[in-house]
Amino acid sequence: MSDKRILTVSASPHTKSSSTVTGIMLDVIIALVPAAFAGIAVFGFRAALVMAVCVVSCVAFEYASRTLLHRSNTIGDLSAVVTGLLLAFNLPVNIPIWMCIIGSLVAIVVVKQMFGGIGHNFANPAITARIVLLVSFASAMTGFTAPGRASVDAVTTATPLSYLSSVDLSGDITAQLEAFISDGDLPGVFNMCFGVRAGCIGEVCSVALILGAVYLMLRGVISFHIPVAYILTTAVFMLIVSDFNILFTVYEILGGGLLLGAFFMATDYSTSPINKAGKIVFGIGCGILTAVIRLYGSLPEGVSYSILLMNIATPLIEKATAPKYFGFIKPKKEKKEEGAA
Amino acid sequence: MANLRPDAILKAIGKGKGGVSVAHNKITAEKETVRMPVPEIVTLPMLQHIGAPCTPTVKKGDKVCVGQIIGDSDKYVSAPIHASVSGKVTAVQDVKLANGKMAPAVTIESDGEMTLFEGLEPPKVTNKSELVAAVRASGLVGLGGAGFPTHVKLNTPEDKNIDTLIINAAECEPYITVDYRECLENSWNIMNGVYLLQELLGFEKVIIAVEDNKPEAIKILKNIADSDLDHGNKVRLMTLKSRYPQGAEKMMVLSATGRKVPAGGLPSDVGCVVMNVASTAFISRYVRTGKPLTSRSVTVSGNCIKNPMNVRVPVGTELQKIIDFCGGFVSEPYKILSGGPMMGTAVTGTDVPLLKSNNAILAFSKDEARVKPERDCIRCGRCHNACPMSLIPTQIEKYAALGDAEMLKKLGTSVCMECGSCAYSCPAGKPLVQHMRLAKDVMRKAGIK
Repeated sequence: MSDKRILTVSASPHTKSSSTVTGIMLDVIIALVPAAFAGIAVFGFRAALVMAVCVVSCVAFEYASRTLLHRSNTIGDLSAVVTGLLLAFNLPVNIPIWMCIIGSLVAIVVVKQMFGGIGHNFANPAITARIVLLVSFASAMTGFTAPGRASVDAVTTATPLSYLSSVDLSGDITAQLEAFISDGDLPGVFNMCFGVRAGCIGEVCSVALILGAVYLMLRGVISFHIPVAYILTTAVFMLIVSDFNILFTVYEILGGGLLLGAFFMATDYSTSPINKAGKIVFGIGCGILTAVIRLYGSLPEGVSYSILLMNIATPLIEKATAPKYFGFIKPKKEKKEEGAA
Repeated sequence: MANLRPDAILKAIGKGKGGVSVAHNKITAEKETVRMPVPEIVTLPMLQHIGAPCTPTVKKGDKVCVGQIIGDSDKYVSAPIHASVSGKVTAVQDVKLANGKMAPAVTIESDGEMTLFEGLEPPKVTNKSELVAAVRASGLVGLGGAGFPTHVKLNTPEDKNIDTLIINAAECEPYITVDYRECLENSWNIMNGVYLLQELLGFEKVIIAVEDNKPEAIKILKNIADSDLDHGNKVRLMTLKSRYPQGAEKMMVLSATGRKVPAGGLPSDVGCVVMNVASTAFISRYVRTGKPLTSRSVTVSGNCIKNPMNVRVPVGTELQKIIDFCGGFVSEPYKILSGGPMMGTAVTGTDVPLLKSNNAILAFSKDEARVKPERDCIRCGRCHNACPMSLIPTQIEKYAALGDAEMLKKLGTSVCMECGSCAYSCPAGKPLVQHMRLAKDVMRKAGIK
């Protein structure tokens, strides 16, 4: 060798795709932007304040806990921003600011960093934080206000789901729903699609959520398996119990946090199965639990609980649905080819 | 074996069934192969193939001619080494190879004459056993990169019903264009080789497989396949979607025939033989001339090379000499590769000889090598989606760290062919191929196959 040159050696491959963790998280943030704007448009400026507080406190907690634990700084991967946004999306607009901060603490410090940070948590941080807040501060967490009336002294109203849970399934469902609609308790289907209804900040505008989900699927960030299995299962369940009442099913799908949960929370990488069969099982499980809690539980909404329960089942699902590798030989049926190996 | 399932083919080539789309970067595709002047010195390692190493049959001071055997082995899975230049043997000693291993090697100082060894004459090839013997004598090893002795592949066991020959012209690795140039510049030999193998080994059908990003090669190969109409139409061309690793043997068999090679098995287990297109052309040339494998084409490319091109060089030429012939470096290289960017080896220096199986020399800047900082796995599943073998690399990585060999076997670790699709697609920049190798090592140490 003529001159001493210092070369880098490493295992192959020697080229990499351009996808990065930060890029993926940025895609999720972009996908959440339409729903964020819809939330602000529906509930006013305070929605933006809740989002800002959640995002800033999540990032701050991420930074603080990584520093205290002497681990590398990971705020650059933007995952804390996603968690903050999703947490805010799951809160009612009039929630006290200090509760937002408590929620962020639970999400980032307890659920995420105590288990090792990004990729290591077994439960979805935003969902777990929402549940912790819900059981701790039940009245603040269910104090939903009607669209456009966000202020400290706003009158709380019931969400579409609480009207739906009061529907008598053995009676004439359509008539009961139409009565709710004509009384102004339930918004029309159009308003349901565009989010002019009571509910959490990010869950109300179905159109914005679907827009974001389509973007994520086109970018290859999420696959269709979990959301489609989840929503379809819930829909089929609702159709069966309502004796195939389309209107009831549509309200069940658009009425609560189902779309937000199915597209953005159930698809969380860390807490859902990696393989396709596992994703479908996971989605079906979420769908059944959601429908069961909504119909037979004491709570009007069951999306967060069902996703959390399925999060815990994820390792078992992965084990049970382990994909067959290429050229897998069935132990008994194949010839004695194995001897050649 | 009549399960030619079209769904399997669609699955194999379609998105979502493994593999990755990589930037082709075949910048040397339209440049004619240039013959490099005879180097002053060649170093011929005794291990240029998968199998038993050869023993040198010459000693220091001997005069040798081009094509003369200088190393051979009595083992079956091995291939003889021939002198690639004429001149004097100056040393027989251990040298470092591109992959970091040491191997005995014969160093020859060229006299510049390139005198052919006397007694090289076309072999008599009229049946399978004569063909296998001739191919062994030619020193041919798979020219596509793996370096498996070709005669072993052709000597298919009689008890297996081998009906299909697949000529692999996929060349799915980025940058490399030697097979493509072979199609354009050497189509006559390819055609003869195809028909020679078909007739002598009695294949019922021959599939010439090429990726759809090489329209010029497709035209030529189509002519070759069509010239068969009066032979009973046994040869046909198949255009495959260009998706890495389409050219990998098991992928090739699946795409071309719909058959799945069992884990731990060979293509012959499902009735197929896969031959690289350049190897096929070489067999035809050898049968005609009797001149053994002493030179090969190599793609010299990457953004640090001044004049990227394909060069025909004697085996054993020092990599630096080949790079110098291509104008040297325009900028300081960060990585130099022997082989393609997906499966090639990063070398520690350019003072290593070119081997028979080495199809590319690439010099990358840091930008071109696209280094990503390593982060924690986010379980996105991209490695699993990219794996053509449907493995879950991130899970295998974890069990390898735990040293759980039983679980690694259950997860199918040994079917990994180290194609690099997982590590390529990992957003966390994890060196997954390295982890797969470590996992195989865990199994090896535990004595689990």
